[in-house]
Amino acid sequence: MAAFIEGKHAQAFPSFGSERMGAPVVSFCRIDDKEIRLREPIMAPDALIIQDTTLLHSIDVFQGLKEDGFIVINSARSFVDLGIADYVAKFPPHHVCHIGATELAMKHVNRAVPNAVLLGAFAAISGQLHMDAVAKAIAEKFPGSVGEANIAAAREAFDMAREA
Amino acid sequence: MLIQMEGSEAVAEAVALCRPEVVCAYPITPQTHIVEGVGALVKDGRLENCEFINVESEFAALSVAIGASAAGARTYTATASQGLLFMAEAVYNAAGLGLPIVMTIGNRAIGAPINIWNDHSDSMSMRDAGWIQLYAETNQEALDLHIQAFRLAEELSCPVMVCMDGFILTHAYERLDIPSQQDVDAFLPAFEPVQVLDPDDPYSIGAMVGPEAFTEVRYLANDTQLQALKLIPEIGSVFKEVFGRESGGLIHEYMTGNAETIVVALGSVNGTIKEVIDTMREDGAAIGSVSICSFRPFPLDELQDALKDAKRVVVIEKSLAPGLGGVVASNVRMALRGINLPVYTVIAGLGGRTITMTSLQEVFEAAGEDRLPDLQFLDLDHNAVEHEIVRARRTRRSGPIAENILRQKADGRNP
Repeated sequence: MAAFIEGKHAQAFPSFGSERMGAPVVSFCRIDDKEIRLREPIMAPDALIIQDTTLLHSIDVFQGLKEDGFIVINSARSFVDLGIADYVAKFPPHHVCHIGATELAMKHVNRAVPNAVLLGAFAAISGQLHMDAVAKAIAEKFPGSVGEANIAAAREAFDMAREA
Repeated sequence: MLIQMEGSEAVAEAVALCRPEVVCAYPITPQTHIVEGVGALVKDGRLENCEFINVESEFAALSVAIGASAAGARTYTATASQGLLFMAEAVYNAAGLGLPIVMTIGNRAIGAPINIWNDHSDSMSMRDAGWIQLYAETNQEALDLHIQAFRLAEELSCPVMVCMDGFILTHAYERLDIPSQQDVDAFLPAFEPVQVLDPDDPYSIGAMVGPEAFTEVRYLANDTQLQALKLIPEIGSVFKEVFGRESGGLIHEYMTGNAETIVVALGSVNGTIKEVIDTMREDGAAIGSVSICSFRPFPLDELQDALKDAKRVVVIEKSLAPGLGGVVASNVRMALRGINLPVYTVIAGLGGRTITMTSLQEVFEAAGEDRLPDLQFLDLDHNAVEHEIVRARRTRRSGPIAENILRQKADGRNP
């Protein structure tokens, strides 16, 4: 929605298995300047947002990621603590970022909803989206105080990621 | 108005713009967001004069729709997969009675084995129930087809299914142009039923018909579909006049001029196919595609015109007729009767199996050299099926096939 607000074409679609809470899910997003006709899942992403670090131990979440890609991980812990310091060192330094998005969400929204927060961090490191467009998209999807709290959390994540 | 929106939500908006008077709903994945969306629009008052009826099953959903439509109400419902099968008797009844109900199918596989993901087995099972069947290539087309479907259904007094790929379209967010109420009102006249249950002018609908008249009633059902062949393109052009974009029609051709290989498919996979065609055209391959929008009525003449100058046809289809091969391919062959042209059937995307550009390109290249078998399953794990065939031959009590294949797949991942 943020990309759309910036006049681009965007396509987003989920893929999930078991219909239950806590099951691993993956969601794809393409952003382009022209109409997006391709419907296959993204197998070689330019950017990866990992919302749950427990997935690092169960599947190869980095599969297919391009060498100069972007990584945002929801964790206040360092890459060393996460055991992926060697791996992320291969990427340009400003392309990778870990951020305690769940903690930021608890602080601002009072619920463990890291999604919108991570979008703020992604906007900061990728430069693909402006924070104002992210904020506008969140406000549109979640009108009222829920949206405002999420925007505050995303803005904090944006600033943290830009400084990191 | 341009908006970034989920396909299901957009269809709910489109349906609401058509001002249905009765919407019957029973949830089933992946269609649920659509009826939820319509329900929300009724509740918040944006869709006025509409009764939203929660029912206890899909059979009830379409049965209530039949009653509502017979009473003269513009009527809508949606379903998928086993839900469509559960309402099968009512599906035939709606068409047999000539009631212009519009129903969305969020295309999904049919069990067993149970599977929530996309293919075309569900709507294909009802292809000869007498409904008009339209397949959307994009969410924009899904939205547009619903607006066209009400006009088409009511003009012919024949029900219309709008089929859209489950998850791939229903759950995808993309840029959409939502028409204005004013334009939809201008395009879609008020519903004038050809038959109506009216206490002030009572008559019956649904007579028992014996051998003396059944053939004639069925002949007229076929005639209605033939009329639809003319009306669908007409409605498409009126739609273009009012809304300024091409949507619907019988078929869409892409790069078919001078194409030696022409790919035929239904629904959203056409987007991926076009990407492959662009890539192959850059390398000098003479390839194009035809997307079939109207599967019933089946545009025999239009397809023949589009395909007759090719050297071969490749049908990519998400439905399997076990014991025969492809459902769509069989119909395409009918369009090519009298023309000596190989028609290759490629079964793809069953139960949500990913259809990738890479796999499609391999198949199209093999087709270009006429190296394809008549029937092929895209990305089939040959080892897995061979292993199971051999095992079943050796062991009398070989156990359930689905579980056996799953076990093999799990073993293959963690050797």
